[in-house]
Amino acid sequence: MQNIELQPKTEIMPMKKNRFKKANPADVIFVLINTLILSFTVAITLYPILNTLAVSFNDGLDALRGGIYLWPRVISFKNYETVFNTKNLVIGARNSVLRTAISAVLHLSVTALLSYVLSIKEFVFRKPVSLFFVLTMYVNAGLIPTFLLFRELQLTNSFMVYIVPGIVSAFNLLVLRTYMSSLPDSLRESAQIDGANHLTIFWKIYVPICKPVFATIALFIAVYHWSAWFDNMIYNPRNTNLTTLQYELMKLLSSVTSQTSSGGAYGRGSQPVAVTPNSIRAAATIVTSMPIVILYPFLQRYFITGLTIGGVKE
Amino acid sequence: MTDNHKQNLSDQDERLAEENAAKKTLASIKRRELAYSKSSQKTSSGPNSDKSTALMSRKDKRKLRSERNAEPKVELSRRTMLRQRELILITIPFVLYGILFYYIPLGGWVMAFQKYKPQDGLLGSQWVGLDVFKHLFSEASFRLVFRNTLAMGIINLILSFVFAIGFALLLNEVRLRAPKRFVQTVSYLPHFLSWIIVVGIVRDMLSVEHGIINQILVGIGIFDKPLNFFSKPNLFWWIVGFSNVWKETGWNSIIYLAAITAINPEMYEAAALDGAGRFGKMWHVTLPGIKPTIFILLLINVGNVLNVGFEVQYLLTNGIVKSVSETIDIWVLYWGIGQGDFSLGTAAGIFKSIVSIILIYLANATAKAAGEERLF
Repeated sequence: MQNIELQPKTEIMPMKKNRFKKANPADVIFVLINTLILSFTVAITLYPILNTLAVSFNDGLDALRGGIYLWPRVISFKNYETVFNTKNLVIGARNSVLRTAISAVLHLSVTALLSYVLSIKEFVFRKPVSLFFVLTMYVNAGLIPTFLLFRELQLTNSFMVYIVPGIVSAFNLLVLRTYMSSLPDSLRESAQIDGANHLTIFWKIYVPICKPVFATIALFIAVYHWSAWFDNMIYNPRNTNLTTLQYELMKLLSSVTSQTSSGGAYGRGSQPVAVTPNSIRAAATIVTSMPIVILYPFLQRYFITGLTIGGVKE
Repeated sequence: MTDNHKQNLSDQDERLAEENAAKKTLASIKRRELAYSKSSQKTSSGPNSDKSTALMSRKDKRKLRSERNAEPKVELSRRTMLRQRELILITIPFVLYGILFYYIPLGGWVMAFQKYKPQDGLLGSQWVGLDVFKHLFSEASFRLVFRNTLAMGIINLILSFVFAIGFALLLNEVRLRAPKRFVQTVSYLPHFLSWIIVVGIVRDMLSVEHGIINQILVGIGIFDKPLNFFSKPNLFWWIVGFSNVWKETGWNSIIYLAAITAINPEMYEAAALDGAGRFGKMWHVTLPGIKPTIFILLLINVGNVLNVGFEVQYLLTNGIVKSVSETIDIWVLYWGIGQGDFSLGTAAGIFKSIVSIILIYLANATAKAAGEERLF
């Protein structure tokens, strides 16, 4: 490169000026291309979501003409009205909220307690019990045996199938255990000398300290449960009282495909409607994704730490 | 459920979990080796060693002992168990839960060696040896779904690595904090959308009627008329691959961005002295700096190649592309749950697990031969 000869000079200069001096043409081009690529990335990430948002606020029949990009052409709230008045979607939303909230709290607290126990280095069964759970990440019985077990346990056709499996996940356990192991032992020991039992220590000392990493794990669990539909389809396919938002959305998705491919006309019942399956799906998509999309930027700091714990540092 | 749960955890989660586990095993192996070499030293020095320790002061002895047991060794005696009864009591329900939900289903694997009939149960069904596996391999449709799974697994693996690493490298070059943070936040967004939503979006974007991609391609004259992407079997694997890229690139880049922060800044100064520009530094310092991370993640993911899953393919498929879209998981769902052939479905699941284990061993052996970072 050309600035090799400049090197002795730049060394004498203070750092700040150095930066400007070094802006050689190659670097300028690099920054330009980089900016272009990253802007393009942002555009292709955001466009589909903004487009869905625009369609969801547009009149359904009008949307069929196409040409809606980032802004609705004929503004209408009918799609959202239909979504909030469709019984299955409302039931699905209730079930999704319930399973997400219950699982996030239950799974997190239970896994955290076990992580606490397994982070105690003196615990006699620390290693075998850890191995017992780590193995479950690699050895997996598969769909059929699991399905038969759940049927045997009467978990099928019940809300419990959303809550009970996966209470202890090995991955979450490892993240939490790594974090708790990094805390000083004296924290626990001094409390023990004062006569506190382990449950008290866990609740009064570890829970407050671990809040950031708990937030991360709770987010992981919540995202999983909010997006899940497979268990609904396999274990509770016919009971509409147990349907979830994602499963309803999936049914909408397949109905849209079958109807567009046959070129049929749309409409629900005898109502002379301005909504189409496609526009309803857009509205339902927005309703479904909003809670987490609004939430995650605030938790970003936490999940990055959560993901990198033990991942890179060592 | 574990299967489904695992699939639904994002790839990143799994990768990290396994990396954690892998690192831990690595560390514990090292520790054991260390302990072993120490103990062998002690025995090899023979009776003299006793004398030498006898000559040591008590303080030194204690120091030696504490060095030997970096991890406190607890004897499994009635007294320790009594002392730790609270911990043991807390653990028992968890172990019972684990046995019930993770280990008892493994017993179901015997179905693969039986002509399993639900009314006869696991013990009463007729044993058929390896007949089910023979049936499995003679089934043309199974060979087809195996090929599809492998192909999509490899395409996904390569695409997700190239894009995540590339994105991390480029993002790292952004010096202004606010734009960097903005791009980062936006890039995580798709990870939080479910596959159902993402598939809906992919369908909208690629649609023949008003899909933006067709509009652009026709607009700039690459296509004469809109292309129906979903009617082309040779495009299906790539649609799945790039849908995955769209959804997970930002999320997957987190680990690389973290690895980049651990690179010694002096390396960049040295590169600058050698006349490297921005691109040169990225290529010759940053990329080699995260090489160990790349390798370990690659190793773990090779074992996961067959876990390309179920959701995208199941949701994106249609009659025309069925021959390229079905994966092992969908096949198991169809034959096992749909048609009630539990033996066949279980055998396919076992086959998948075995191939995954072989793949991870092969990858590890290759890494060992190449002198790179390895798992075990």
